Amino acid sequence: MQPALEIEGLKKTYANGMTALHGIDLKVDDGDFFALLGPNGAGKSTAIGIICSLVNKSAGRVRIYGNDIDVNFSRAKACLGVVPQEFNFSIFETPLQVVLNQAGYYGIDRALARKRAEKYLTQLGLWEKRRNQCRMLSGGMKRRLMIARALVHEPRLLILDEPTAGVDIEIRHSMWAFLRKINAEGTTIILTTHYLEEAESLCRNIAIIDHGRLIENTTMKRLLRQLRRETFILDTDQPVGELPPDLAALRRIDDTTLEADVERGENLGRIFTRLDAHGIVVTSMRNKSNRLEQLFIDLVKDGREARQ
Amino acid sequence: MNGRPLFVAFKTLLFKEVTRFTRIWQQTVLPPIITTSLYFVIFGNLIGPRIGAMEGFDYMDFIVPGLILMSVITNSYANVASSFYSAKFQHSIEEILVSPTPSWLILAGYVGGGVARGILVGLAVTAVSLFFSELQIHNVAVLCSVVVLTAVLFSLAGFTNGMLATSFDDVSIVPTFVLTPLTYLGGIFYSVNMLPNFWQGVSHANPILYMINAFRYGFLGISDIPLGWSYLLIFGFIAALSTVNLWLLARGHGIRN
Repeated sequence: MQPALEIEGLKKTYANGMTALHGIDLKVDDGDFFALLGPNGAGKSTAIGIICSLVNKSAGRVRIYGNDIDVNFSRAKACLGVVPQEFNFSIFETPLQVVLNQAGYYGIDRALARKRAEKYLTQLGLWEKRRNQCRMLSGGMKRRLMIARALVHEPRLLILDEPTAGVDIEIRHSMWAFLRKINAEGTTIILTTHYLEEAESLCRNIAIIDHGRLIENTTMKRLLRQLRRETFILDTDQPVGELPPDLAALRRIDDTTLEADVERGENLGRIFTRLDAHGIVVTSMRNKSNRLEQLFIDLVKDGREARQ
Repeated sequence: MNGRPLFVAFKTLLFKEVTRFTRIWQQTVLPPIITTSLYFVIFGNLIGPRIGAMEGFDYMDFIVPGLILMSVITNSYANVASSFYSAKFQHSIEEILVSPTPSWLILAGYVGGGVARGILVGLAVTAVSLFFSELQIHNVAVLCSVVVLTAVLFSLAGFTNGMLATSFDDVSIVPTFVLTPLTYLGGIFYSVNMLPNFWQGVSHANPILYMINAFRYGFLGISDIPLGWSYLLIFGFIAALSTVNLWLLARGHGIRN
């Protein structure tokens, strides 16, 4: 099957000499829900900018469903929808105008464009606001408008650059449900996000970029299996004083909260048995951070240490 | 992208541009009408009778074609320069750049918007001039072709300005310090034949002189410049500016990193 996206040796050096991408290779399969992660300034947005022709590449090749962006410019673009990180529509236009104009730029006739605009603005909860000026929309509405705009030409590949940044939890969950739905209907999705639980919850495959280099490219399951250590927060029913020597692996955070680092494969029951022996009763337990978050920090740290 | 989709994309861009300047008509259409009306009142009605005839015509009749074309020039230019720069500033230009719309069509759409505003304002100023002058038309083909080509030329120039501008100041510098002086010195209010030889020579280096004279020929049948030279110059500038703009778009100057 034709991959949705193929990137070979993609390099970008800006005019000021800063190299944002050092020749990355990446393949995203048709129908995938793919996470492209990396710290700020890692090169994610540069890569996306090149894919959607907003950034001129220094070297390398990009193919979207087999269409080289330098050769089959028009076909490649017709396959691609982009939701950028920053709002990039005229704030004086209405959501309906924004979506209809975008359809027009793809050569879609007005009648069909209106149908699709109604479909996507309704699905994203914006139909009631279709005649308001965009500057009157909330941040969450503006983000959803950019999704509706990116979908109006029904692309096979949708790239979302931090689509839920600054969006409240309820809207974020409704956006996740919407993205799962369109992915299930056949749209390939590439997502960049700093909310790692979002990537863990939505994506099947993942790549991590740091300093313009790909440091990981695997399935989400395989990646999570690499997790070496997890940190748990334990809440106790009674205040705990100084910890005895055999509980040295635990840290006391406050009177009724402890923190435990658990290595992969370590038996959690042993910790509870030791706590029990000292009469410490644990009433609840939770992960200190998201599992992927922990792994992400480790991978980026390891990558930087290796480069140094 | 070809055929019908290209036409749809062009129509969309043109419609968007027309919607933009008609939505803010108080800033785009009304001011040039008021300004030109004041020119008619002050230079035509109040001072004109004291000046007497110019090249055999009433002074008011002589200045009307130049004032109409001046409004076409400034509005075509300003529309494209400000609209394109605003799209760059708000990043809404990315909406078009991520689409399959080719560069030449982006240019055509913006130029179409500039021409539409230039012609609309030109028509409004012409309507106002009817209160002050009994307009005669000598050659309708010359009149229409010159006004449309001049609007195209200055829309292209506005596009270059919008592409190269890095701040809103850059958008206003050219009209204030280049376009307005050249327009005033382009023979709107006088015939270059009145000037000493040296200044006549200098005036001939001003491209706007050629357009105003060709346009005046369409109305009155008189021109300080042979008509052929005017058309040659207009087409030359259109070709040069189109090439520069397409090159800037291909490079992504100021719109692509």
